[in-house]
Amino acid sequence: MSDFEPKVVAFVCNWCTYAGADLTGTSRIKYASNVRIIRFPCTGRIDFMLLLKAFANGADGIIVSGCHPNDCHYTSGNFHAKRRWIMFKELMDFMGIDMNRITFSWVSAAEGAKWADVVNTTVTRIRELGPYVSYKELVNKSVEEEVKNE
Amino acid sequence: MNSLITRAKELLENKSVQVVIGYEAGPTSVARPAFITDPAKAGTLIYDERCVQNLAVYLTKPEVKHLGKMAIVATLPVMRSIMMLISEQQIFADSIVVLGISADGSLLDIADVKVMQGYIEKSDLGNPEKYKELLAELNKLSPEERFAFWQKELSKCIKCYACRQACPMCYCTRCTVEVNQPQWIPVQSNTHGNMEWHILRAMHLAGRCISCGECGRACPVGIPCHLLTMHLVDQVHNYFNVYAGTSEKMSSVLSTFEPNDKESFII
Repeated sequence: MSDFEPKVVAFVCNWCTYAGADLTGTSRIKYASNVRIIRFPCTGRIDFMLLLKAFANGADGIIVSGCHPNDCHYTSGNFHAKRRWIMFKELMDFMGIDMNRITFSWVSAAEGAKWADVVNTTVTRIRELGPYVSYKELVNKSVEEEVKNE
Repeated sequence: MNSLITRAKELLENKSVQVVIGYEAGPTSVARPAFITDPAKAGTLIYDERCVQNLAVYLTKPEVKHLGKMAIVATLPVMRSIMMLISEQQIFADSIVVLGISADGSLLDIADVKVMQGYIEKSDLGNPEKYKELLAELNKLSPEERFAFWQKELSKCIKCYACRQACPMCYCTRCTVEVNQPQWIPVQSNTHGNMEWHILRAMHLAGRCISCGECGRACPVGIPCHLLTMHLVDQVHNYFNVYAGTSEKMSSVLSTFEPNDKESFII
């Protein structure tokens, strides 16, 4: 699997991490191009279903990132998100879904270098893990099940 | 269960309530929910080990609510469901009469919410013993084995949503699965979509589940879907040190936060 290029989807908040990623670019810091950034108004807006849909649509890894605690543009969105991710992570672990494929991070608008680092470490980790075969198989199997039922 | 019948009859006769929600013997060996509006029929009420359904689910149903003020036969899980419904402002504390049933099956005197809260606080609030073993067993498996276990179980799901209907906390009049713009959960049954549904259900019940196990009992194909929410009950207690349905003032774990919530996975 040497020619495997991981597909990583990044769900980021508009106010901190998106601006941070912008800074990475304007600072001319090079980082892995495997990441597809999706901008959200706030981490509190990132529904856990979106993460599942990302996996279902072929993502091998996911990054979720927003403002540091106490820095939220909407004061408390990231605190709510934090609790949600704690529960989500525990549920995913219990269902046997690979949480090593999801990176949660806080990246502020001033942390361009940290963003490059978060993306690079995630992409390296996903490269080692390989494509998310078990989830892709599950999705393919479900398509077959549907065809069979029709 | 004479004291229950007497009390129900009394409540209906002096018109303090219009309907008593309880159990009656069904045509087979199972007990079924009963909605008694006529004091003369209060005698059909029973309470024994067959009475397992969580009756609190009926408190938010319009077809029951329109009957008038309700009295409800309530074991501990039902009382906790009622507490949760009050805290989420789905029912009002003074609009229902609780006919509490203790663990040994005798009638409790639950005069108001304060008394009910006192009784709940004195009780064992964790997951029931019979489910603890199963949870521990599953937690011992490797992630791959757990994935396989849940795929096998969830492939059976026929998307009847009995788990949702049986749950007192699933009272939304428009559930996510009925929304098709966007279509979060596919309408048809397939393993992946079924898994998405059960994740969604468990997440929506995180911090709200009171571990009655009604969802698993209602499942016609025997998916242990109650284990998902019960696992989160354990985790909520582990991280936030609360159990749902213990106070009328409590807001659920995921609708609130503490600035110093501890986690170890966000970099």
